[in-house]
Amino acid sequence: MNVITIVLLTLGLFFFAVGVVGILRFPDFYTRMHAAGKCDTLASELVLLAVALYNLSDPSLGSVLVSIKIMMIAGFVFVASPTATHALTEAALVVGVSPWTRKSGRRS
Amino acid sequence: MADIFMAFGIGLLLLILVSLYRVVTGPTVLDRILGGNVIGSQTTVLLLLIGLIYGNVGMFVDIALAYALLNFIATLGATKYFLRRRSVHLDSDLQEGKEAAE
Repeated sequence: MNVITIVLLTLGLFFFAVGVVGILRFPDFYTRMHAAGKCDTLASELVLLAVALYNLSDPSLGSVLVSIKIMMIAGFVFVASPTATHALTEAALVVGVSPWTRKSGRRS
Repeated sequence: MADIFMAFGIGLLLLILVSLYRVVTGPTVLDRILGGNVIGSQTTVLLLLIGLIYGNVGMFVDIALAYALLNFIATLGATKYFLRRRSVHLDSDLQEGKEAAE
């Protein structure tokens, strides 16, 4: 159980790191949105799953309830994070944030 | 095992500090909101790791759930505000633009 937890935590931290590098290095808003939206959702799910599994290592009624709560957080993140990404992208489109093109240089 | 969770927590904290750069120097306001959203989802996970370190996950799960809800609502609210204004410029920027035009 400990090995599975450590592997899932490492994968989650790796995807968080990829998302942070993405929002720091990409040239315009939409590409940053692309990096942050996907990597954050996947990394949150992996770490929440790791914590829920580790919490089940001494099975009792309380720890099972806590694990169910953690999986409810995971379900909420699975719905809410893409919704927030969609709303931000729609706002950027309506407001008129210009996408990166080859002419506009390295940074917008 | 607590040492391992402490190491992961410190790593996540460093990632939060690095992603604060986008909040401080975002070119548009929407970049700052995006950085805040990322920091919020990282904090939700960090709260659970803190619960594992203290050996008291049951209390920190509720805090993490409340933080995830607040992060989602705050992002949607700020986004809706700028969606209605149809502009990402703040009032001071607009006034400076008008003065420059005059």
